[in-house]
Amino acid sequence: MSVPTMTANALTADEPVQFYDLDEHAHPEGHSTMLGFWIYLMSDCLIFAILFACYAVLGGSYAAGPSPKDLFDLKLIALNTAMLLFSSITYGFAVLQMQQGKVKGVQLWLAVTALFGLAFLGIELYEFHHLIEIGAGPQRSAFLSSFFTLVGTHGLHVTFGIVWLVTLMFQLSKHGLIAANKRRVMCLSMFWHFLDVVWIGVFTFVYLMGVLR
Amino acid sequence: MTIPHPAPETGPILGKLSLEALPLHEPILVVTFIGVVLGGIAVLGLITKFRLWGYLWTEWFTTVDHKRIGIMYMILGLIMFLRGFADAIMMRLQQAMAFGGSEGYLTPHHYDQVFTAHGVIMIFFVAMPFITGLMNYVVPLQIGARDVSFPFLNNFSFWMTTAGAVLTMISLFVGEYAQTGWLAYPPLSGIAYSPNVGVDYYIWGLQIAGVGTTLSGINLIVTILKLRAPGMGLMKMPVFTWTSLCANILIVASFPILTATLVLLTLDRYVGTNFFTNDLGGSPMMYVNLIWIWGHPEVYILVLPLFGVFSEVTSTFSGKRLFGYTSMVYATICITILSYLVWLHHFFTMGSGASVNSFFGITTMVISIPTGAKLFNWLFTMYRGRIRFELPMMWTIAFMLTFVIGGMTGVLLAVPPADFVLHNSLFLIAHFHNVIIGGVLFGLFAAINYWWPKAFGFKLDVFWGKISFWCWVVGFWVAFTPLYILGLMGVTRRMRVFDDPSLQIWFVIAGIGAAIIAAGIGAMLVQFAVSIWRRKELREESGDPWEGRTLEWATSSPPPDYNFAFTPVIHDLDAWYDMKTRGHQRPVDGYRDIHMPSNTGTGMILSGFCLVMGFALVWHIWWLVALSFAATIVGAIYHTFNYKRDFDIPAATVTAVEEARTRQLAAGA
Repeated sequence: MSVPTMTANALTADEPVQFYDLDEHAHPEGHSTMLGFWIYLMSDCLIFAILFACYAVLGGSYAAGPSPKDLFDLKLIALNTAMLLFSSITYGFAVLQMQQGKVKGVQLWLAVTALFGLAFLGIELYEFHHLIEIGAGPQRSAFLSSFFTLVGTHGLHVTFGIVWLVTLMFQLSKHGLIAANKRRVMCLSMFWHFLDVVWIGVFTFVYLMGVLR
Repeated sequence: MTIPHPAPETGPILGKLSLEALPLHEPILVVTFIGVVLGGIAVLGLITKFRLWGYLWTEWFTTVDHKRIGIMYMILGLIMFLRGFADAIMMRLQQAMAFGGSEGYLTPHHYDQVFTAHGVIMIFFVAMPFITGLMNYVVPLQIGARDVSFPFLNNFSFWMTTAGAVLTMISLFVGEYAQTGWLAYPPLSGIAYSPNVGVDYYIWGLQIAGVGTTLSGINLIVTILKLRAPGMGLMKMPVFTWTSLCANILIVASFPILTATLVLLTLDRYVGTNFFTNDLGGSPMMYVNLIWIWGHPEVYILVLPLFGVFSEVTSTFSGKRLFGYTSMVYATICITILSYLVWLHHFFTMGSGASVNSFFGITTMVISIPTGAKLFNWLFTMYRGRIRFELPMMWTIAFMLTFVIGGMTGVLLAVPPADFVLHNSLFLIAHFHNVIIGGVLFGLFAAINYWWPKAFGFKLDVFWGKISFWCWVVGFWVAFTPLYILGLMGVTRRMRVFDDPSLQIWFVIAGIGAAIIAAGIGAMLVQFAVSIWRRKELREESGDPWEGRTLEWATSSPPPDYNFAFTPVIHDLDAWYDMKTRGHQRPVDGYRDIHMPSNTGTGMILSGFCLVMGFALVWHIWWLVALSFAATIVGAIYHTFNYKRDFDIPAATVTAVEEARTRQLAAGA
């Protein structure tokens, strides 16, 4: 890069150069948290990438068992998708309330988000239960193993998100919208929307394209 | 001999665990166990006698100081290194003995565990803690920071890595370890062929440690991106920091793959899914692909930081700015990217066809170009430099000579037709030990000798250091040249007994080499002991014992808790050299309060819960799994209710520390 010019500076500089920051201020608390959390999300994204890759490779290995066409009820899945997408919108409302400094509003919308999340999980559990009951459990074929694992991992993430949501609501009622809590709301927001994006992938590649197969 | 004990019944209280799990029939293990217990009692007794528990807890176990965490990582790596090397000696002994009808002294059940444990421990619990510890210690100092971005996470990462190591060590005395080789390929590692707990120990040990590794990778990336001192643009970062950045990017971009892959294997074993089974649509080759998509970047995770070390050492001990800094950075980035495009060379024989094999053969050969560029940069740095042959420089030169041979045999193996002959042979074993010992370990020894004075305030003893050096270098070649020869003759890896008596002499020579290496390790331990004993004579007051060039040498040895009383401002690549040549004045007053993170025991406690959970999962003790899982979650949530995580070091304390430093410098001048 510009190494030669710097060397020239080093030789010609006669005026005193400042080598220490004598008037420094501590980094604002949590100034790296968003970047760190974003990188974490990317690492999580890789886990989903592997599960998608497995589904892509093994998704056609029915082992003489049922195929997506036999199993998937698109109406139910559309309802489920709607639940998750609504929960993302309501989370967005929570963030808007936060920007206006309204704790109560944030908590209200977080609660609505949690309810939509629970509805999503309920429908997913119902679907899983139904599949296992008709003999299409994760042990039946490599297709079903990769299906249950991909969708189930997403479901576990949503479960974890709801636990976090509830925790955050307690923390908001205890400390209000302090900087640390705002940061947490934003991190969970990234997490929640990330799960939405992953679900759109699941809906498209697993369910829609599965029924087309 | 088939499987010695069939899969036991699962009980409600102890799961699969019973007295039969204790390997009382293995005299070697019983003696080892007695030794470990006596040694453990002695250590615990000494700690209690000298009333060190409180000190260890408040100053070390709960610390969030990146320097102390770095040192703890190094200690973990050293302890596990002794275990991994004991495995190596056992293998060398077995293979040197088991000729002419002799079965050697290890049963197949035991021998298979030994070679598996050797590989797993050396990569995950020796090399990884060593490089993580090194990066933890050095990177914040090199960029002029006071700590890492997430100090609590750093402590937690360390304890998770330790918990994984402890779980792996428990398998030595309770149950068994995997008998699958270090990557646990299915279907052998599936429940049908490995019904016992060995593979489960493997899985949970790696999963727990993997959490720590991934989190520490995220932590160090953010630290490097966010906490550099003012003026330090990316192209003014020290090369070690650059290679650390790339290594940590590789960690974050590859360890999740390992996590996911092991989860799938876990589901196959615990739930009965069919990812990697032979029937119902499973594909074992899927596992082999996935594990190497992690596995190949992993070897670059290990070696890249050491390339940084060699750069720092070469430049410092040649008294010159590093030749071709910019090309060094770009070579590092090239290697980072290319490391994702070569994984298939680990299984050319899988039958992917000529086109696929050609692609991966060529990408593999291409990696040698940036690596070669690095080597020439080091050579040109030395060219017309005033080279000082201190221990770090000796290790660096040994690396250059050794690693080049290992690299060339690697390029040879990258040619698919040659690989079809040499695949799975001892030639491969010799190749990767050549690059890992010659690259990673020699680099670590260079680093330890280089930065020890910074960490502890005194230099390492040179006499014992040289003995260790020569034993290691000579021992390495005596131990591994025979393996190259045997591999070329077609001898495969992981064999317990041999028929052809003409091969024995080579295994005996390799065994002698291992003994010479053992002497090298012994000399290194003596070197540490002697140096600690003679620390007053070896004391180093200036903080800059090697005429260093980067910022870590600008502060005292050992550095104060806050590293720098005033954050340095950077104008040039070799910042400290620049400060020295332009006559910087160390500020001696006007100190301010310094904001620092508080210590916490949460990391150790949570990792303890995870360790219990791992053990319970291995043995199918479901109530304990539920309990420890709940404890982990509740503990983590409880921790988030603590909002007061930092404190200020008062200006008065900073002033006292810095004035002591001023007197120390004046006395030394």
